[in-house]
Amino acid sequence: MAAIPLVYNLRSLKQRPLSTAATAIGLGLVVAVFIAMMALAEGFQAALTTTGAPDNALILRKGADGEMSSGISREIASSIAASPFIARDAQGQPLVSNEVYVVLSLPRLGVGMANVVARGVSPQAFEVRKGIKIVEGRRPQSGSPEILVGRAIVSRFAHCRVGDKLSFAKREWTVVGHFSADGSSFESEIWGENEQFAPAFDREGGFQSVTFRLANPEAFPAVQKALQDDPRYQVDAYREADFYKRQSAMLATVLRFVAIFITAVMAIGAVFGAINTMYAAVATRGPEIAVLLTLGFKPGSVLLSFMLESLLIALIGGLIGCALALPINGIVTSTTNWSSFSEIAFAFRVTPALLTAGMLFALGMGLIGGFFPARRAARANVIETIRQG
Amino acid sequence: MALVEIRNLTKIYHREAQEVLVFQDLDLDINEGEFLSLMGPSGSGKSSLLHLLAGLDRPTKGTVAVGGAQISAMSQRELSDWRASKVGFIFQFYNLLPVLTAAQNVELPLMLTPLSAKDRRDRARFALEVVGLGDRTDHFPRQLSGGQEQRVAIARAVVSDPALILADEPTGDLDAKSADEVLTLLQRLNSEMGKTIVMVTHDAHAAERAHAVMHLDKGVLTR
Repeated sequence: MAAIPLVYNLRSLKQRPLSTAATAIGLGLVVAVFIAMMALAEGFQAALTTTGAPDNALILRKGADGEMSSGISREIASSIAASPFIARDAQGQPLVSNEVYVVLSLPRLGVGMANVVARGVSPQAFEVRKGIKIVEGRRPQSGSPEILVGRAIVSRFAHCRVGDKLSFAKREWTVVGHFSADGSSFESEIWGENEQFAPAFDREGGFQSVTFRLANPEAFPAVQKALQDDPRYQVDAYREADFYKRQSAMLATVLRFVAIFITAVMAIGAVFGAINTMYAAVATRGPEIAVLLTLGFKPGSVLLSFMLESLLIALIGGLIGCALALPINGIVTSTTNWSSFSEIAFAFRVTPALLTAGMLFALGMGLIGGFFPARRAARANVIETIRQG
Repeated sequence: MALVEIRNLTKIYHREAQEVLVFQDLDLDINEGEFLSLMGPSGSGKSSLLHLLAGLDRPTKGTVAVGGAQISAMSQRELSDWRASKVGFIFQFYNLLPVLTAAQNVELPLMLTPLSAKDRRDRARFALEVVGLGDRTDHFPRQLSGGQEQRVAIARAVVSDPALILADEPTGDLDAKSADEVLTLLQRLNSEMGKTIVMVTHDAHAAERAHAVMHLDKGVLTR
């Protein structure tokens, strides 16, 4: 089937720049919203899926669905720390962090309060979690009421600069440093020493979780079985990375659903815009269509040609959408992590895959928007059109 | 030898609940190399006959054969292929694609052939030279006069070298001078290139330029 030259469609689009631009912008806005909302979900999931390492194990009380609802006694924590599954540092110390996990309500910079996770960690926590870097200041000294603030929340909460004092748990805590954690959700937390946090938060009887580096990461299933099956412990064991990934799944799914729902509603409007534009194009080009069919081009070629024209508009729309959405990449926003009810800050992530999805979405709208007008063109009554001149 | 053979051709249109008989049991032979003018009052069915000859419409009854091919029995797909190679059509209002240059308009029918892009361009340019517009190849229709547009349309009709040219009021929208140029061109295509031409016209002067004039009135065809 011979194709009608593409230059015919390109120049036809140029002939009606206003309607082409209006339709393309309409499609572009939908694509931009789609990419932005998906980038939100992507960013949230990325923050939580980069949290934790696959060669770390996280131990919670049996049946606890999060760190907040977990509790592990000091005896059990000590017993686990002595187990042979745990990797050791150069000095032979087990790489384990017994952690206190509390959610605080702190004043935001600006208006209102928001929840933040306060994590009391062992000194080994900085070795157990490889991605933790002090970006300003220093680590808290053992035995001191000193804290580190994750860099993602430094600019979102009051009194978080190095040297500031933060009041919580009826004590004053000095901010001695800021830390990064490869963009993970740890960056939205406040860290202090577990032995300082435990009495302050009245958690002297134990910890919320135990995290340790696996001596042999491949042996995790065996470690998990050994710990979970031991009747003394009554614990659940997870690969740390898997645990945080699972925590992010629900909210990310909801965010994606909302993104798809909202953009689907908007897309209906944009598709109608495309349909209108293409119907108008078909209506005004009746004689041209009649000529093409008279010359011997088949109805299928005419259909293809007008579909292509619609896709060209969609392509422009898709590019506009990508251009509009791209600048939000990296912008930090926050939401409530449903598993801890605390604020988690993360950056919009406009990935190449999202841009591709946005382009495909635009082309999909163009395809639907172009089909019915193109079909009308292909079914044109040549004789009637020629008679009308 | 007859290029076109029309036998017992009947055409009835349906307008709402009414049947409109255009012509009935028409017989006509058009010889190869003939230049035939078809005249008649408005609504007499001249254009309908032309559309049937071009395979754009189907007879209610009877047969149309062109060059031995029974076009009235062809499928839509076969008709498209047949039109692309065997017939050239000239419209009253030229019907050039406004966004394409003269050369691109003329090249369009060649897109339906296996010719290479270069061969297509060469042939389109040659066809434009034949109609005296070799210096207007890159002009868009809006940059041409009516007469020039119709000459481009004639170049488009002949570029794929069809045996049969059908022209529907080709001078109907032109001033006298341009009309004369177009008619001269059609005569040349007939005499020099041997094209068989069937031209529908209202204009008696135009009709005189053909070898033969036929009148269609109230469904009856007379010489």
